[in-house]
Amino acid sequence: MDKIPILRMGPFLLVTIQVDLYDRLALNLESDLVQKVHQTGARGVLIDISAVSIVDSFMGRILGNIASMTRVLDAETVVVGMQPAVAITLIELGLSLKGVHTALDVERGMALLQEKLDWDTDVADDDGDNIE
Amino acid sequence: MANSLTQLIQSNKARLLDLWIQKQLTSDSLRDDLMSNDELRAQSEELVNALARSLTEENIDQVDSIQFDEVFEILSGISVYRAQQGFSPRETGLYIFSLKDAILDLIRQEITDPARLFEESVRINRLLDSLGVVTFETFIKGREEVILRQTEEISDISTPVIQIWEGILALPIIGTLDSSRTQVVMENLLQRIVDTGSNIAILDISGVPAVDSLVAQHLIKTVSATRLMGAECIISGIRPEIAQTVVHLGIDLSNIITKASLASALKHAFAMSRMAVKRIDVDKKAL
Repeated sequence: MDKIPILRMGPFLLVTIQVDLYDRLALNLESDLVQKVHQTGARGVLIDISAVSIVDSFMGRILGNIASMTRVLDAETVVVGMQPAVAITLIELGLSLKGVHTALDVERGMALLQEKLDWDTDVADDDGDNIE
Repeated sequence: MANSLTQLIQSNKARLLDLWIQKQLTSDSLRDDLMSNDELRAQSEELVNALARSLTEENIDQVDSIQFDEVFEILSGISVYRAQQGFSPRETGLYIFSLKDAILDLIRQEITDPARLFEESVRINRLLDSLGVVTFETFIKGREEVILRQTEEISDISTPVIQIWEGILALPIIGTLDSSRTQVVMENLLQRIVDTGSNIAILDISGVPAVDSLVAQHLIKTVSATRLMGAECIISGIRPEIAQTVVHLGIDLSNIITKASLASALKHAFAMSRMAVKRIDVDKKAL
């Protein structure tokens, strides 16, 4: 059975979806990802969907769910590389993915996660002398 | 019946053409500003030749027979050409009906027996009338093509997406926003965001005459779609009247960044991408 690999990059998890996501696969991804966040104590999850060309309301909901679930585990979710057609479809379906951060590509997504992490640590220690 | 009608036309082709051209040149509907007389003659000659070729004693009463396909094709070509050149329907109609006059003139000169003359005139009338119908059908089709092309061009040029700075796109919207236009605007904008890797888009609506709840919904959709792509969208150019309508209609734009002018939107975009525009002090260095 297909499985979507979840890669660890420092304090973040990187998921690249290269195949069309069918319902079962999406559900597995959801549970695997939450498990992994719990195991590794990751502070951010980056999901790259630049290769996904077809999306339905179920998939939109799964993305929203993943974001909410990881937030409970103190990790932010960023969805990157959404295709224009996919964005239009989601909007027409009435899913604006509230609570999910978005970025244009993996690089900017990583920068966004790093920024959020820095901000968090800034708040945590009052010195604010963390490494750039 | 030694000389049948078709033989008459075929053997007097050159004379017929001369008659017809003469009629056209003297007619009020001659438009030498749209088409040169040589071109007119070439087109007419082609049509007369094709007609003479496909006309037989059998098919003259059956205009939908396939032997006339060539004639219809040439006629359609002429008709579409005329539509595109801007000939009026009247001029195009008179063009084909003057051929009828020419043929009738010809047979009046050649046939002396009144009964036969009448008989042949009726047949010619029937044939030329159906040619006239074809001319009009294709003329209108040609006009419609022109209109369709213009519509496409308008919708293409009416939604330009301009890159005003590295990472900042601007999209001035001029004219009414309806569903199909919003779709085009949205698709263009999102595609350009991907192409240029921009993360800020400014939607300028100073050219939108009125904003109702439907237009506002379209704007909100566009903003949400750009957000999904990972870019931020600023709406600028909101006129006081539009601000009033939006509030009166109870449309919630609170989670969208709105600015009064494109300039202030650009300023905000610079601030978001941590850039600043600075005036260079020239006075000391220049002197």
